[in-house]
Amino acid sequence: MSGKEKNKPRTVARILKYVKPYMFWLILALILAVIQIAATLLAPIVIGKAIDFIIAEKEVYFDEVFVRLLQLGGLVAAAALFQWLVSLCTNKVSYRTIRDIRRDAFDKLNRVPLKVIDGSSRGDLMTRVGADTEQISDGLIQGFTQLFTGIVTVVGTLCFMLAVNVWVTLVVVVVTPLSIVVAYFIAKGCHDKFKSQSDKRGELGGLCEEMLHDFKTVKAFSYEAAAQKRFGVINKKLQKVGVKAQFYSAMVNPCTRFVNGIVYAAVAIMGAFLCINGKLSVGYLSTFLTYANQYTKPFNEITGVITELQTATAAAARVFKLLDEAEEVDDANGREFTASGDISIKEVDFSYSDKPLIQNFNLEVKHGQRVAIVGPTGCGKTTLINLLMRFYDVKGGEILVDGVNIKDMTRKSLRQNFGMVLQDSWLFHGTIRENIAYGKESATDEEIVAAAKKAHIHNFIMRLKDGYDTVISDKDDGISQGQRQLLCIARIMLMDPPMLILDEATSNIDTRTEIRIQKAFAEIMKGRTSFIVAHRLSTIKEADIILVMKDGNVIEKGNHDSLMALGGFYKTLFEAGYGDAQ
Amino acid sequence: MFKLIKYLKGYGVQTVIAPIFKFVEAFFELIIPIIVAAIVDVGIKNGDTSYVLKAGAVMVALGAAGLIFSLMCQYLAAVSSSGYGTNLREAMFRHINSLSFAELDKIGSSSMLTRITSDVNQTQQAVAMFIRLITRVPFIVIGSAVMAFLINWQLALIFVGGAIVISVILFFIMRATIPSYKKVQARLDDVGELTEENLTGARVVRAFSKQDEERADFDAATDKLTKVSEAVGRLSALLNPLTYVVINACIIAVIALGGYKVYDGALTQGNLIALVNYLSQILLALIVFANLIVTFTKASASASRINEVFALSPSVRETAEKNVERDESAPEVEFDSVCFSYNADRLSLKDISLKIPRGSTLGIIGATGSGKTTLVNLIPRFYDVISGGVRYRGTDVKNYPFKQLRDEIGIVAQKTGLFSGTVRENMKMGDESISDDDVIAALKTAQAYDFVSALPDFLDAPVAAGGKNFSGGQRQRLTIARALAKKPSLLILDDSSSALDTLTDKRLRTALKQIPDLTTIIVSQRCGSIKDADNIIVLDDGEDVGQGTHAQLYDDCEVYREICQSQGVGKGGAK
Repeated sequence: MSGKEKNKPRTVARILKYVKPYMFWLILALILAVIQIAATLLAPIVIGKAIDFIIAEKEVYFDEVFVRLLQLGGLVAAAALFQWLVSLCTNKVSYRTIRDIRRDAFDKLNRVPLKVIDGSSRGDLMTRVGADTEQISDGLIQGFTQLFTGIVTVVGTLCFMLAVNVWVTLVVVVVTPLSIVVAYFIAKGCHDKFKSQSDKRGELGGLCEEMLHDFKTVKAFSYEAAAQKRFGVINKKLQKVGVKAQFYSAMVNPCTRFVNGIVYAAVAIMGAFLCINGKLSVGYLSTFLTYANQYTKPFNEITGVITELQTATAAAARVFKLLDEAEEVDDANGREFTASGDISIKEVDFSYSDKPLIQNFNLEVKHGQRVAIVGPTGCGKTTLINLLMRFYDVKGGEILVDGVNIKDMTRKSLRQNFGMVLQDSWLFHGTIRENIAYGKESATDEEIVAAAKKAHIHNFIMRLKDGYDTVISDKDDGISQGQRQLLCIARIMLMDPPMLILDEATSNIDTRTEIRIQKAFAEIMKGRTSFIVAHRLSTIKEADIILVMKDGNVIEKGNHDSLMALGGFYKTLFEAGYGDAQ
Repeated sequence: MFKLIKYLKGYGVQTVIAPIFKFVEAFFELIIPIIVAAIVDVGIKNGDTSYVLKAGAVMVALGAAGLIFSLMCQYLAAVSSSGYGTNLREAMFRHINSLSFAELDKIGSSSMLTRITSDVNQTQQAVAMFIRLITRVPFIVIGSAVMAFLINWQLALIFVGGAIVISVILFFIMRATIPSYKKVQARLDDVGELTEENLTGARVVRAFSKQDEERADFDAATDKLTKVSEAVGRLSALLNPLTYVVINACIIAVIALGGYKVYDGALTQGNLIALVNYLSQILLALIVFANLIVTFTKASASASRINEVFALSPSVRETAEKNVERDESAPEVEFDSVCFSYNADRLSLKDISLKIPRGSTLGIIGATGSGKTTLVNLIPRFYDVISGGVRYRGTDVKNYPFKQLRDEIGIVAQKTGLFSGTVRENMKMGDESISDDDVIAALKTAQAYDFVSALPDFLDAPVAAGGKNFSGGQRQRLTIARALAKKPSLLILDDSSSALDTLTDKRLRTALKQIPDLTTIIVSQRCGSIKDADNIIVLDDGEDVGQGTHAQLYDDCEVYREICQSQGVGKGGAK
């Protein structure tokens, strides 16, 4: 047994834990289902009895017939009502269970260390919260109910048949294994074929996505014909597996009908013999025929459900894997305070993997000082931000804010002391007002406007049709990247933190906005300890401390003059024109 | 929907024969209740066991024959529907490839992707269902009704009544649920959107300690989703019970009225059983029919989305058939009073005239939306001008075959990525015959050799879709190398060194200078990247506000000076 197989019962047990609050409804559903099935199965018997009182010309016992028909009406009404109620209960259980699982999964995303999010593909995490949880509902909960009703129907049918006549029932039981075998093989074949079909579909979709996403490259390199050829190859493969998958799945119905046909004929022959010998009434023969008609249907459903259960268990396992991720270290006992802005980094070691990155890093920053971080592309400038904000924990040494180790304060308190403006500014779907007030919900309109003014974005906002109530969205909302960054600056202005982390933009911002951003940066840095990922010469020159990074590590440290005098990497960088200067 | 039928081409025979097979099977199925009636009325009444056995054998034989016929039908349906899907996808991909950007922009690449994948699947499914069930369901329903009429026409009227009631129920439930399903989808989209937002903003959410608020928003969204799902569930769960009630009501009516008929001698007991059996067959067929309608509703929406794609025609058309003789004395590129517009309202480029001599470097600078990218996109004819002309080597670009023109031009677009495969495959995208040496030379020029040679598999190193396994700066350098590998005569760098630090950017520009006769166009927001160019054009809102060298423009062009000053670049910038 593979490890995955072993985990199956555990996965199911965990799902049950989520179902527990709704156990009442689940059990109610099962009870109602039993009643419904009993009513459904009784109906053919009553019909049979009714027919037995309609024998021949002048030989019809109307009183008896109408009593049966009245019973039939009651049974049918009950069966229909209970069937509806069962659906309502299972819907309730499944929708609420997945809602709870989904919430936990989402909550987990906010509790895991950032390492988990940085290290996974966003699409993958989204699938777990979205499609995978959906699968649990479809497969496990609905599937479970179907499985249950399927089994109850088969057992019930056999019981009812036994009650009417042993011999005919025996005929049905003998043919049963046939339907199980047929159903099993088809289900297995379907599963395999569908898997290879969906693999090929994925491959084709992947190719299309690449080509469509980068249409310009396709055109620029006259790659159309080559792309069409690649597409054609996969498309042909898909056609091959597609025919098989479709044929297999389409075999289910004819095969079931055939098995059904055999059961039906066997029942008819056996039943007719018994009728001739007077051991069975014609009405009951009709009852048996109705049963025979429906008998193999549950087998079909059961095999379908089993495949679905497997898929669902796999999906559940993926969701639970996310839920099992270790959370950030608890900080409930941490201190809460407002810092004045002295930072000291002592003997810090850090790396993302086993490969050492930052080693024995020391830095003293006094209140109000500016630290510029410079270095070539990909040198790991964001690593320092990750450590200061405690998105990642240091592996050795300590970082102190106002003399307190950041591990001894709550993350919330630490992060509230920092104002962070990143290059790809994040705004959420909401109004401009809500976005500016993100860090301080209690802010008054006057405060919000004042912050926007200080960030040089007020005039722009006022020019928008809805002003501060303009809704920010992903799509084309007429707000440029630079303006988004200004909004993020306004957000920080409103929070008024003692320390800052700023990321200067490298590109994609037009000149006038750029000038505003610079002014806003200058404004916000007044009197605050600031760390700036710097690309601009003026910023670098004005910094009190310059950290030069290369290959993930800090290799030089000092101010502009001392670093130039040192004649090291900084000097090379600088002379090559770092910061757009001559 | 029916417009797409032509993609069944090549599978016509299968498409026509399959339903016939199915018809035969359905016909066999209809005979069964009659045989049962005969067993009751003849076999049992006369105590004739051999008659019963014979009748039973006929039933099994009919079943076996039915199985064979229906398996053949299913197989043919699978072949023709898969063939249809394959044809359609192939044609669609070809059509999309023939489109120009203007059309792709209209639909959007992600929507295009859904259309060529899941929309096609949706219609393919419908084709298969159609072939398999087009004859079966109506035949069973009508056939059962006809049989019922043959047995007793008065009782058969009950069937008709039942069918009408069920149709009405189907109609109303579907009309009520289809919009609700859309609502469920919309709520589900909300949940997805929140999750995505939370993931992209993971750092900011934490920086502001907003986890609790995020959770509250999410809780509200999931609550809404649960509510609408339950509401739809309540409604759609009515379908089966109601159908069941109607059919059984019919059975009750048939038995009650049938009782009188039997009493009067107008009907036999066996025939009564047959009528009840026909009713249950109709019930089963109608349930299948309901599913069929759902499939078709979905498919017709998909079909119209697919037809939208086919309705697009490329705005940039290839008219030249023969390669153009180049005029060696003409400038590499010439713009002659070019105007361009993406839509009718507003000109994106106004009266631009420009000469780019062979071997020179042109810098294009200007604010976002000033038309820089638009200008360079006109050279490889990604879009066509609305007036004026763009000439490449003395000939209007409209007179070049696409391939000849685009082979000459290496363009590195702003957000271009790499394709999945290996580094080598990517480098040889323009032309498979490019040698490894040329690839290496291109990598060196593009400042990409150092990190590529450090990869364990060097040129065979895998590239993930979009080049995600490389950093932004590495990706840009690889795309530049890719453009250089096909040895273009004209290289266009459209803000494609934005992720490079100034040092690497500078080295790149120096290396490019060393390629003989290479004409280079650099589009940038950074003065530093273009200040050394032989000629610089400054764009402002689609207008040419100045051309000249750095020093000239610094003196004469206010927009240019303002840009330089904002970036701390002085007049002496040119080195």
